[in-house]
Amino acid sequence: MATFQLDINNSKHKVEVAEGTSLLWVLREHLGLTGTKYSCGIGQCGACMVHIDNQPVRACLLQVDNYADGQKIKTIEGLSQNCDHPVQRAWIEAQAPQCGYCQSGQIMQAVALLENNPNPTREEIKTYMNGILCRCGTYLRIIKAIELAAKTPTSIEN
Amino acid sequence: MVQTKTEISRRKFLKSSSGVALFIGVSGILPQLISCKDPKKIKEQLAQQPLTAWVKLSEDGLITIYNPAAEMGQGSMTSLPLIFAEEMDADWSMVKVEFSPQESEIYGSPGWAPGSKLMFTVGSRTTNSYYQVMRKAGAQARYVLMSSAAKHWEVPIEELTTSNSHVLHGKTNQKISYGALVPFLEMPETLPDFSEAQLKNPKDFQLVGKDIPRTEIPAKVDGSAMFAIDIRLPGMVYGVLERGKLHGSKPSLTNENEILAMEGVLKIIPLDYAIGIVAKNLEQALNAKQSLKIDWSESKASGHNSQEVYSTYEKIASQKEKGKVIIEIGDVAKAKRTAAKTYEVDYKNDYVYHAQMEPLNAVVQVAEDGGSAEVWVGSQQGTDTKLGVPKILGIASEKVNVHLQYLGGGFGRRSMNDFVEECAILAKEMAPLPVKLIWTREDDVTYGAFRPLSLQRLTVNTDPEGNITAFSHAVVGDGGNLVASAVANDHYDIPNQFAEWREASNGIRLKHWRAVGHGPNKFAIESMLDEIAWKQGTDPLELRRKLMAKAPRALATLEKAAEISQWNTPSVEGRAKGMAFVEHGSLGTGVCEISIDRSTGNILVHHFWIALDAGVVVQPDNVKAQMEGGIIMGISSVLKEQITIVDGQVQQSNYHDYNLLRMQEIPESIETVILESSEIPEGVGETATPMVACAIANAFLKLTGKPLRHLPFSPERVLQALNS
Repeated sequence: MATFQLDINNSKHKVEVAEGTSLLWVLREHLGLTGTKYSCGIGQCGACMVHIDNQPVRACLLQVDNYADGQKIKTIEGLSQNCDHPVQRAWIEAQAPQCGYCQSGQIMQAVALLENNPNPTREEIKTYMNGILCRCGTYLRIIKAIELAAKTPTSIEN
Repeated sequence: MVQTKTEISRRKFLKSSSGVALFIGVSGILPQLISCKDPKKIKEQLAQQPLTAWVKLSEDGLITIYNPAAEMGQGSMTSLPLIFAEEMDADWSMVKVEFSPQESEIYGSPGWAPGSKLMFTVGSRTTNSYYQVMRKAGAQARYVLMSSAAKHWEVPIEELTTSNSHVLHGKTNQKISYGALVPFLEMPETLPDFSEAQLKNPKDFQLVGKDIPRTEIPAKVDGSAMFAIDIRLPGMVYGVLERGKLHGSKPSLTNENEILAMEGVLKIIPLDYAIGIVAKNLEQALNAKQSLKIDWSESKASGHNSQEVYSTYEKIASQKEKGKVIIEIGDVAKAKRTAAKTYEVDYKNDYVYHAQMEPLNAVVQVAEDGGSAEVWVGSQQGTDTKLGVPKILGIASEKVNVHLQYLGGGFGRRSMNDFVEECAILAKEMAPLPVKLIWTREDDVTYGAFRPLSLQRLTVNTDPEGNITAFSHAVVGDGGNLVASAVANDHYDIPNQFAEWREASNGIRLKHWRAVGHGPNKFAIESMLDEIAWKQGTDPLELRRKLMAKAPRALATLEKAAEISQWNTPSVEGRAKGMAFVEHGSLGTGVCEISIDRSTGNILVHHFWIALDAGVVVQPDNVKAQMEGGIIMGISSVLKEQITIVDGQVQQSNYHDYNLLRMQEIPESIETVILESSEIPEGVGETATPMVACAIANAFLKLTGKPLRHLPFSPERVLQALNS
């Protein structure tokens, strides 16, 4: 067991786990940040997408050891205070989720997309979002939500 | 029921629950409890949940309505409360929705076998089976409010009206909000059992049929929606099971001491078909699972090869002896003797897996004395509302409390509660510690319960004019209704029809998969129609028009789909359209437009159009979402998904080798037109998915002149068809 200090959603979290523990288990089971989901564990589905230093990454593939040196981790819980990030608002407007399980990962990926490319074409959206699986088949509404969010002027600032 | 009145004094109940808030929907007055045969049950329920049965109202006007169904993305968390609120004349902006307690005597729907009440979110039946229940319960809640206002104002109830959470008396120009009525609430001595005529005319609906946002969506975009896998409890330990790749195989653990010595491991719990491990935390449990050394026995599935078994199925289909007869209309044998032409085609379907995004899991806590249990689960519920837990613990049903959570996908997999039972077995051993059982994705795939592999042999006869006179359908496969449902052609005017099921069992775990038998059987039926039309040189639209002559509702969907897809306008070069009709409660005709990459064998679906008759539509936008999702899941399964078995062993294990459709592969658009209707609502969750295989195959036939007869239409099979 080892103690790690993580910077998550702008606050410090201490956790005692075995070295090599996946960041996903640390977030979900040790720290209770359960908005980040487990679905495949092998980097295929993107349900565990989080941001580290503003880059979207799959938490299931990461070992906690490598992210305890002040790297800024952001999870869906840290995206906004009141569910009012422009991407979240667009998601509600498009009524995108069905079961909802993949949607944290979809949203974290979409936020990263719009931060890098505020006005993506439909093809750019599809390419960037292709790694995040949705079994309920909400893809068309996810595209709609991203296009809505892209039209919101404040989306880049958040 | 008279018993109810004598057992529970409504007045007393109201009095005892006074204080902060009073609550209408006192269970005894609602139809569910009135029809409940056991007054003791009612009392107990009231004692447990003194503020129920369907609605709570507080003085600030907040209205909490219970949803008795599972929410897996299909929208029950909105649709059922919306129907209730419609009849209650509730201000929807003041409505909050919660899952109801899992007590089927009170919250079960009567839409199943006569006399039974079930909480069971399957078969796209939720809105249909709860429609009248929710309307009547909502109307009764409104009646309680009106009769209380009548007493308060000392005016006849007949002079009162309601609107948007207010009771109004026009003559005296008085108005009071539902919340303000709370201190004056009194239960009337009798409550009318509202008949259809006393309920709102669907034409007057204010909420039903409007695009009202789904109640649970905000929680699904900020990570706060709770799935069972998100539950964390003090002292909770973690369980995992190693189940092997051979269904029905029995394990012998050979390194027990080594495992027990691993860090965090608390217990090894052997099951008939698996080795269970409980550890302090999840990663310890998973480490131990990976280190297990197990000898697996042979099983019934040993020797089963999914890609070779079709030759056996073909032999079974050719045997003289009939299977279980499902449909027999007219005389197909006689029709065959006098037919001008006979067409016989086999269609095949490989196993498919549910791939719900949330792997199976549950949390169970058994009390120290073993006498009661709490269960947190995302389940489609079941014939046993307590999901098999009472039997495992040897305790009474009422000692098990099920806390239903959101489901990260169901698709039929979560109406089999094997994962809940497993968790109960572990939790019994670990009592009083709560146990969270998680299936890894690998567990979920390899120990899946698949849509069965099957073969459909269709034999169709036509008269000299080309009219279809006889239709025979033999299904070969395992699982009874799992393969043999949806063989009826109720909307087609075919005088002689015959359908049978011939059993072929291979020891593979099987389960309902979205639309169940409709997937394989509609594929066969609707493809067959187009193959005949192709050979006759007939337009598939014309052929179906003729067949639907006596089914106006079905025909209306066909005509509308043809219109919106511009069926009669040829596609651009390299593309073609195909159509299919499906009934699954609701009636729908779908049309797709495809193209083919002839070098790779990839099929691209460009557009999908659907015309749907679903009776009264509660949430139109959500119905469209179900069509979109159903089509995309359909395309995924039809083009990509395949479970293969070699010597009984499942060959796939995760999303890298069980591929789902991704965003770059979806159609540009899926357009749905909902036909207006005031008929009882019908399910929409499983109408779109079965359209896909046949619509694509029919478009492929039009484009290439070649049939596709084996699901999935993998690139290899497409190339094979092109080169045939």
